[in-house]
Amino acid sequence: MKKATNEIKLKLPALSINEGACRAMIAAFCAQVDPNIEELADIKCAVSEAVTNCIVHAYGGRGGIIYITVGIYEGRLIRIEIRDRGCGIADVKEAMQPLFTTDSTGERSGMGFSVMESFMSGLRVHSTVGRGTRVSMWKQLS
Amino acid sequence: MTTTKEPMQVSFTDGCLTVCPAGEIDHHSARAMREEIDRQLFTNKPRLFVLSLSHIRFMDSSGLGLILGRLAVCRRFHCPMRLTDAGERMLKIFRMAGLQRMQDLQIDGLTKEETK
Repeated sequence: MKKATNEIKLKLPALSINEGACRAMIAAFCAQVDPNIEELADIKCAVSEAVTNCIVHAYGGRGGIIYITVGIYEGRLIRIEIRDRGCGIADVKEAMQPLFTTDSTGERSGMGFSVMESFMSGLRVHSTVGRGTRVSMWKQLS
Repeated sequence: MTTTKEPMQVSFTDGCLTVCPAGEIDHHSARAMREEIDRQLFTNKPRLFVLSLSHIRFMDSSGLGLILGRLAVCRRFHCPMRLTDAGERMLKIFRMAGLQRMQDLQIDGLTKEETK
């Protein structure tokens, strides 16, 4: 992939209170390429899902660091990478199935990856058990 | 941003509990909303529970979890649940999860026949 024309890197503690901050910061950065309201809402929702996965699943609510890179590329393409150094996912394909969740409280829907896939133009997930997970997603703006 | 808790409007009339949370629903804010809604459900034991989403500015799949969890609570009381004022983006998430196929959950804006 070509070099980004502009890029930010964020490094945040995996605290749930930071979910809103992540959405707001990334949306503010993406606003410079003038996405429409729908596109911006899509990005915010996908980011929220990925960041929540880091907090809830990767680090199991025990805290850790979330690494986020957002790049703007020629042709109105936005690429977002959200990475953790948490527990990793043993079976990524299974984890990406709609309604799949390891939660037993009935309070998680298991739709996080489905929402990311649906609201972004592309999604790639790479994970190693014990090492962490990297979610790469991109959005082609109109 | 979800750092400030926004007020939740609640009314209970003729056995119908209506709750209207405000702000953003994500994993962080869902917890406080869940606790308050459950408190209202267990206190009032309604015959109908209406969750209005008219004052929700943002919702990710944590909102879906919040709804499914409350539906489970409502089932304990044999109380049907109704969702009102969901925006198009919320309806899209509901459709993806197949909420329209649940018989004891009515969603304004979605018909039971919808399968997509």
